[in-house]
Amino acid sequence: MSTTEGNKNTNSTESWGGFDDNPIQGGGSAVIDMENMDDTSGSSFEDMGEMHQRMKEEEEVSEEAAATEEGDDGEFLGMKGVKGQLGRQVADEVWQAGKRQASKAFNLYANIDILRPYFDVEPIQVRNRLLESLIPIRIINFPQKIAGELYGPLMLVFTLVAILLHGMKTSGTVIREGTLMGTAIGTCFGYWIGVSSFIYFLAYLCNAQITMLQMLSLLGYGLFGHCVVLFVTYSVHFHSLFYILWLVIGGLSTLRMVAALISRTVGHTPRLILCGTVAALHMLFLLYLHFAYHKIVEGILDTLEGPNVPPIQRVARDIPEVSVALVNATVKMVGITLQSH
Amino acid sequence: FAGLSDVSISGDIPVEGEITVPVGSLSHDDEYSTLDEPVKETILRDLKAVGKKFGHVMYPKKSTTLLRDWDLWGPLLLCVTLALMLQGGSADSKEDGGPQFAEVFVIIWFGSVIITLNSKLLGGTISFFQSLCVLGYCILPLTVAMIVCRLVLLGGTGTASFIVRFIVVVASFGWSTFASTAFLADSQPPNRKALVVYPVFLFYFVISWMILTFSPSHSNTGP
Repeated sequence: MSTTEGNKNTNSTESWGGFDDNPIQGGGSAVIDMENMDDTSGSSFEDMGEMHQRMKEEEEVSEEAAATEEGDDGEFLGMKGVKGQLGRQVADEVWQAGKRQASKAFNLYANIDILRPYFDVEPIQVRNRLLESLIPIRIINFPQKIAGELYGPLMLVFTLVAILLHGMKTSGTVIREGTLMGTAIGTCFGYWIGVSSFIYFLAYLCNAQITMLQMLSLLGYGLFGHCVVLFVTYSVHFHSLFYILWLVIGGLSTLRMVAALISRTVGHTPRLILCGTVAALHMLFLLYLHFAYHKIVEGILDTLEGPNVPPIQRVARDIPEVSVALVNATVKMVGITLQSH
Repeated sequence: FAGLSDVSISGDIPVEGEITVPVGSLSHDDEYSTLDEPVKETILRDLKAVGKKFGHVMYPKKSTTLLRDWDLWGPLLLCVTLALMLQGGSADSKEDGGPQFAEVFVIIWFGSVIITLNSKLLGGTISFFQSLCVLGYCILPLTVAMIVCRLVLLGGTGTASFIVRFIVVVASFGWSTFASTAFLADSQPPNRKALVVYPVFLFYFVISWMILTFSPSHSNTGP
């Protein structure tokens, strides 16, 4: 109560001009606020927060205006002021508590903002990095620069998933427990994140200067070679073509990753461990992706050419019109392969 | 607010008038009135809104209707229709089982969520649900293509039908991608449009590939 009297005293003397201007401002902001209410995000927390903030400011303004106007009736002001103020305070506190909880939930949900700097790229940069992932750099005396971004690797993983789906469908893979899409996504994401974490752990053991983000980025861009090879060989079924591409393109992307890692590690044994692991996992993954979804194709080829033909000499899958007997044999082969899967 | 304080009125002149805020009370009344109306009216109103947005998708002009009054009924309807039609044979048959209902459903919704997150991380100005709404509505051409493919498949599964289906699916895939970029790309900084368009392209590519490779399991094989 002393504060209101203090206000009353100072009202006449000092330029608490805010009181004169505030009704106009408050009134103006009320009208403007309702008109500018954005329809697009009407349920977002910021809008409600702004609206309530403005309403609260108006309440404060009107409350102060009422307090200074009725400064004459001291007792009445005391009781009425307490009741009005109490009600407002309770409502205010309820609002504050709700707002705090909502902000907590919102911050939890909006934690994607942490990832925002890693998506700050231009299309030209992405294209350049894709091409550079196949070009090994031979500087190993001082640390090579590794870009720390997540957009390119994420898009490459999804592209690999799409290519895998295409391959699984054309080879007629049947997944019993689970779905085609789930298997493809699980394989690709599991490789990217799992192998990155494992190599990061090894790098930590071998004292290599590389961060998790850089490792994710390096391995992710290495998948570009995989995408290219699989895209070509799922459309054109030459086995020898696959082996050549596996060595050339897989080898180039492996060399790029290995060179980057060597430049950041000291000592022969750590370098050997780290780079050997990366190279092995990278090349074996490509091999696995190609052969895991070609079983059915190989089954058919076996029945056509006989089981004693070595794999390298297989030619393009060029199945002529087959007779009923061959179809039966193929179906039996398919059944046996699936049951042993 | 600096401008407002310049337009101050001197303290001698009284200011009269009312400051009414009509919008608040109007929305209050509105809620009560929509609660009391018959269910048929509510459904019809929602269906009309959905139908209007379908029209906007089929003829994509640069309008903001889809963005302003977003709703998720249309995408749900389209997603369920597509998933029901794409349901293939069970996984026990010797031929490959087609995608199950849950698979298609999950692909569409999680794909949309990921594209939305991606566009937000790239600095987009569109909100989460608006983006979901746009992506869902732009599946309409692909659903139409699915219906056409099923009709064509009734006639047979030869090469001619494959070519017809291929052309129809490719055309509707292009239409979907073009329609969604017409709505989404405006919300991005101009030099990053390609970064946002590529996941959309991939998303619709996966869906159209599922449509193209769909073959009904009950057509050829006997018991």
